[in-house]
Amino acid sequence: MAKVKSLADLKRMKEELQSKMDLREKSNDPEGLVQIKVAMATCGIASGAKEVMEFLIEETAKRGIRTVVTQTGCMGYCYAEPTIEVQIPGKEPIVFGDVDIKKADQIVEKYIKNGELVDGIIPVNYKTLD
Amino acid sequence: MEKYKMHILICGGTGCRASASEAIQNNLQDAIKAKGLEDEVQVVMTGCFGFCEKGPIVKILPDNTFYVEVKPEDAEELIEEHIIKGRKVMRLLYVDPENKETISDSKHMGFYKKQIRIALRNCGFINPENVDEYIARDGYAALGKCLAEMTPQTVIDEIKESGLRGRGGGGFPTGLKWEFAAKNEADQKYVVCNADEGDPGAFMDRSILEGDPHSVLEAMAICGYTMGADKGVIYIRAEYPLAITRLKVAIKQAREYGLLGNDILGSGFNFDVEMRYGAGAFVCGEETALIHSMEGLRGEPTVKPPFPAESGYNGKPTNVNNVETFANIPVIINKGASWFNKIGSEKSKGTKVFALAGKINNVGLIEVPMGTTLREVIYEIGGGIKDGKKFKAVQTGGPSGGCLTEKHLDTPIDFDNLIAAGSMMGSGGMIVMDEDDCMVSMAKFYLEFTVEESCGKCTPCRVGNKRLHELLDKITLGNGTREDLDLLRNLSTVIKDTSLCGLGQTSPNPVLSTLENFYDEYISHVEDHKCAAGQCKALMQYVIDPELCVGCTLCSRNCPVDCIAGERKEAHVIDASKCIKCGACMEKCKFNAISIQ
Repeated sequence: MAKVKSLADLKRMKEELQSKMDLREKSNDPEGLVQIKVAMATCGIASGAKEVMEFLIEETAKRGIRTVVTQTGCMGYCYAEPTIEVQIPGKEPIVFGDVDIKKADQIVEKYIKNGELVDGIIPVNYKTLD
Repeated sequence: MEKYKMHILICGGTGCRASASEAIQNNLQDAIKAKGLEDEVQVVMTGCFGFCEKGPIVKILPDNTFYVEVKPEDAEELIEEHIIKGRKVMRLLYVDPENKETISDSKHMGFYKKQIRIALRNCGFINPENVDEYIARDGYAALGKCLAEMTPQTVIDEIKESGLRGRGGGGFPTGLKWEFAAKNEADQKYVVCNADEGDPGAFMDRSILEGDPHSVLEAMAICGYTMGADKGVIYIRAEYPLAITRLKVAIKQAREYGLLGNDILGSGFNFDVEMRYGAGAFVCGEETALIHSMEGLRGEPTVKPPFPAESGYNGKPTNVNNVETFANIPVIINKGASWFNKIGSEKSKGTKVFALAGKINNVGLIEVPMGTTLREVIYEIGGGIKDGKKFKAVQTGGPSGGCLTEKHLDTPIDFDNLIAAGSMMGSGGMIVMDEDDCMVSMAKFYLEFTVEESCGKCTPCRVGNKRLHELLDKITLGNGTREDLDLLRNLSTVIKDTSLCGLGQTSPNPVLSTLENFYDEYISHVEDHKCAAGQCKALMQYVIDPELCVGCTLCSRNCPVDCIAGERKEAHVIDASKCIKCGACMEKCKFNAISIQ
């Protein structure tokens, strides 16, 4: 291990190490962040949910939006896979269907950034556990 | 460290490890490997989550799912269901005992809602054996700030301003203590960390050292900087093997990074830490006794003054602080005294860690702001009394403290209020008692402990506590008199007034406070020879109700001393003179014919 030689060194180290702990920090305060759940059951994955999830994780980080992206089980909307649920702090969760990378991009740009709704909303018909 | 999509945190505190959390970790890792997810899921063993009642705890992030009472064989299902399919394993989630609701996120659990974690900030969050995770959470930033931007005096002023008081029990202002040590000039000074946690039922210091050892090392270095000491010593009891192991790892890592050693962060300041192992004597929690033990002498206290700040370890100025006190320091430096002193009550700032034990639903480790009421701690965080029994008392401050009763439930807990109520903060042990606990026996239990632990130096403590114990024993055997109660009170006062150190000065507290709050119970022991709680065996009598007894002979066949007589199909009788009160007959009786009187 290299020695930490100064306070500036330490701060630099912290910056680098922080991103690896980011996921834990965020889950400390999920209510304050945009939460995205990607339905990752067999049907979802077959329709490309994995790629969408990776896109969301990477792009929201790149675009400086603090999000928690988690996978979840089948939401039951098999006709509209991949489906994702987006919850902006203080708002009701909204489910979007048929989310490919292009749609995911739109959701990030329009809904998450500006609160504008985009096509493909599915009415929520389930309850989430606390 | 790679960037993982999911983190699985497993509690690696002593309690959860005893329930096989290491095997859980191994099984989880095997299952992850079998599914080829090594690059996506990180498994981390952390320090204590505090919710020991339901351990072992496994927490999955980022969705913050809190699994309780996990077994090694559950690992595969957790990976298969939660990680791969994204479905929560319902049977392993916490169920609120009150409203039977399943709770997935620990934030919504009553146990965590009211807590503010400062000293325990990293426990159950970082891997204590990885200094990088500590640094990622602002670790050593406070030390860096002190060395680069603050003078020793401004650091001391900041700590004084924060209002931090010693968490080991005394409640002495920490900043003031540091200032005394700083003012004494000497060629060599020492910083000592008191990790000799001796109160029965208290385990916060152990948990901090196991879960966040670097926070203590960092704070010791800060203290060294303020007083001009380049040596730190951690005095820890040898019966804390896991804490010792993790400290050793932490010290090694800090040295490798140059965060301990010479010229720390290029500031020219040198500081290093070593460890001393104690044999687990209660009196060695007292600072002068602790210092003697470190010097290889008998662990006996000496008269203060001279205070350790003038003449301590090896006759040099020494500052001794408790583990929890140190754990607060880096946060105060990073966030500022004015942030810290907004938390807590008027004269007690910040938070306090309490170890909840006894007849309470949520046994565990909690950290709440000073000034939280006992009711909130016991009923909201602690989840109330076990099996729906009635609350009777809570013993705070261990063998040096006293008991608090129902009338104190709404008292805000802080250093001064507890003393006013006849108890003390101590190190933060809270033992909850219900209607089945006999207060005389409870006082006797603590006296047994102090008799064992008294170092023997002062006569009042050595002999007086023994006599107190004999009197209490006499009362629980049903031979006590009213005069004995007066004698108990007088003797207690004498011991308190004439003992040298904190051990003797506080050891009669359990007697005095039970006499004060439960005088009726003492009276019923000495006058009516009855123990309402049914704990004093000598005062109990097992009796068979002839109306209910059908003469099945089951009790007499199970009696180990053959003291039950009676023919088949006729009512049986217990010979009280031979009965050893083991309770075997009552347990076996199918007709509820046997009762205690």
